[in-house]
Amino acid sequence: MRNIIKITLLIILVSCTDTTSHSRGVYMLMDTSGTYTNEISKAQSIINYLLAALQPGDTLSVARVDSASFSEKDIIAKVTFDGRPSVANEQKRKFREKVKAFAKSVKGSAYTDISGGMLQAVEYLNEAGPGEKTILIFSDLKEEIKKGHVRDFPIQLTGFRVVALNVTKLRSDNINPKEYIDRLDNWKKIVTSGGGTWKVINDLDRLDKILEH
Amino acid sequence: MSSANILLIWPENPAIAILLWVFISVVILYMARRPAHHAIRSLSRVIHNAMRIAARSVMLVRNKVEDRNKEVLLAAGEDAVERLIEQEFHRVEAVVTRDLSGYPSLQRALKDQITCIDEDYRESGEVPPSPPGWDKAVEAVAKIRSTGDTMVVNILEEINKSFNKQQKIAISEYRKVSGERHSLLKKMMPYWRKMVNTLDDVEKTISGLLERSRVIDNKMDQYEQIRAGTDKAMRMLSSSSLTQFFIACFVLLIAIGGAVINFNLIALPMSEMVGGSSYIGPYRTSDVAAMVIILVEVAMGLFLIESLRITRLFPIIGSMDDKMRTRMLWITFSILFILASVESSLAYMRDQIAADMQALRQSLAEVTITEPIRGNWIPTAGQMVMGFILPFALTFVAIPLESFINSSRTVLGVLVVGFLRVVAFALRFAGNLALSIGDMMANIYDLIIFAPLWVEGLIRNKAEKPEISSVEKEVIS
Repeated sequence: MRNIIKITLLIILVSCTDTTSHSRGVYMLMDTSGTYTNEISKAQSIINYLLAALQPGDTLSVARVDSASFSEKDIIAKVTFDGRPSVANEQKRKFREKVKAFAKSVKGSAYTDISGGMLQAVEYLNEAGPGEKTILIFSDLKEEIKKGHVRDFPIQLTGFRVVALNVTKLRSDNINPKEYIDRLDNWKKIVTSGGGTWKVINDLDRLDKILEH
Repeated sequence: MSSANILLIWPENPAIAILLWVFISVVILYMARRPAHHAIRSLSRVIHNAMRIAARSVMLVRNKVEDRNKEVLLAAGEDAVERLIEQEFHRVEAVVTRDLSGYPSLQRALKDQITCIDEDYRESGEVPPSPPGWDKAVEAVAKIRSTGDTMVVNILEEINKSFNKQQKIAISEYRKVSGERHSLLKKMMPYWRKMVNTLDDVEKTISGLLERSRVIDNKMDQYEQIRAGTDKAMRMLSSSSLTQFFIACFVLLIAIGGAVINFNLIALPMSEMVGGSSYIGPYRTSDVAAMVIILVEVAMGLFLIESLRITRLFPIIGSMDDKMRTRMLWITFSILFILASVESSLAYMRDQIAADMQALRQSLAEVTITEPIRGNWIPTAGQMVMGFILPFALTFVAIPLESFINSSRTVLGVLVVGFLRVVAFALRFAGNLALSIGDMMANIYDLIIFAPLWVEGLIRNKAEKPEISSVEKEVIS
């Protein structure tokens, strides 16, 4: 009998001291450079999917990628959903409205600072501290850095999943497809060398794969 | 020279070298035949004996377990029959208290009725006519000869008239008295009916008691058989225990299904109360809280049924005095009622949250939000009723649980005995196999060295033959 009590107490203690975070954190980078602004409705669909899929306690943030993306100012909307489902639902509604308002007023930027955006995402998610960290890049992955900005350093991505969404083929890619392949390979190299995992989803009918491990 | 070459005595001709090695091996094996046989047989015998001893030990353990099972089975059976007899006695007591306690008053009523009937009967008795004092006068008058004397005729006519008049008066008097008697007898009828009904009731009560006493007699026979530990009682108890086990398992599975549905009803709204983002171990706190509520309900159900003395899982509750037990009954019932009400509210909340989520998903999918259909309150009401009813339904888990616990001891014992029997058989089989393998290995050994054995046989035969012939010669001479 004593042993049973001891084991039960041990199980309770072990269970209570489990500090593993079970929440998920998603940071979505939205390319707003040049003609990619035309794809904003697709980005909205993805955000709506994320709002439906994420649970109370999860974190979601949407930021734009512009000429200098390593800035909090580029975050369009961010939220950590409340534990109560009714409050979380209300937060989701407000989040959707913010994104909608942004989509209406979006203006294209001259440069595309994806690396800066990614750094911002890493910083934000590390601070939020969710159990699973996912960075979504809604872009053609063609990076154009403003003169004088330094981005040629490795990014620490251990524990991060990076998913490239809707990587459209540029006109030059059609002429030389190797450019497209090289672009993807380059990003994959950056992510995996930083300790993260890399995935590309171009078919937006398979959005369920975004949050899959 | 490599190691392979060392083995090859004749490297130029490996076949001869191999043959030479075989020959050497056979010779060595032949020379070591006796100790080798001895070693093989000893080893097999050691294994055989070890296995036999192990099997014997297992059988002893099995016997002990079997004895224990028998004790457990008999004790359980004794307890069950005791409970049944106790119940029967309670019923008899109830009948006696309810019906037979009124017997003195019943007897008094019957006595009163009998007195009334007796009085009426006496009053209704036929009053014998007064003995006629003028018989002789009539006789004398009748003897007067009719001589035609007018005076006599007149006297006789007068007498006749008086007679007729008297007769009419007597008949009317008689009819009056008879009527009175009949009315008295009519008055007796309800008394008779009442008495018959009363006696019928008494007969019913008595026959019920007789039936109960027959049941008690049967149970007492069973009880005696169990006390004596007869084979019949053992068989009966064992089969009853197995049946109980399977029935209890089936009902418990149904109860688990009910608990799962109950869990799904309250898990989502619990996240509204305790938050859906915190975890205890790998489980959501809201899920754990919902499960705890269900378990508390089951526990309260156990105490409630125990307080009603339907089950006997907790001897402390059973041995409480009636006042304390009644208090406990009301406390557990109140807690259960409150929890059922909470569950009902949670079920309502669940419906609200689900509807809100559905609306959000529809708006996110940019689908036109559908208007709620008429009669939408039916699922809500259904969920609320289920949320209220299920905790009370789960209360009755105590009964199959008790059966399961009681019968599982026997079933577990039977399984252990079966397992030990299989182990003992396997050990014996392995021991015998080891002995046979030892013999077989000795024979295989001889097969390998058959050539020198054959030569040995020839030499032995040659050496034995002259001896026999010399003996024969002696016999002949």
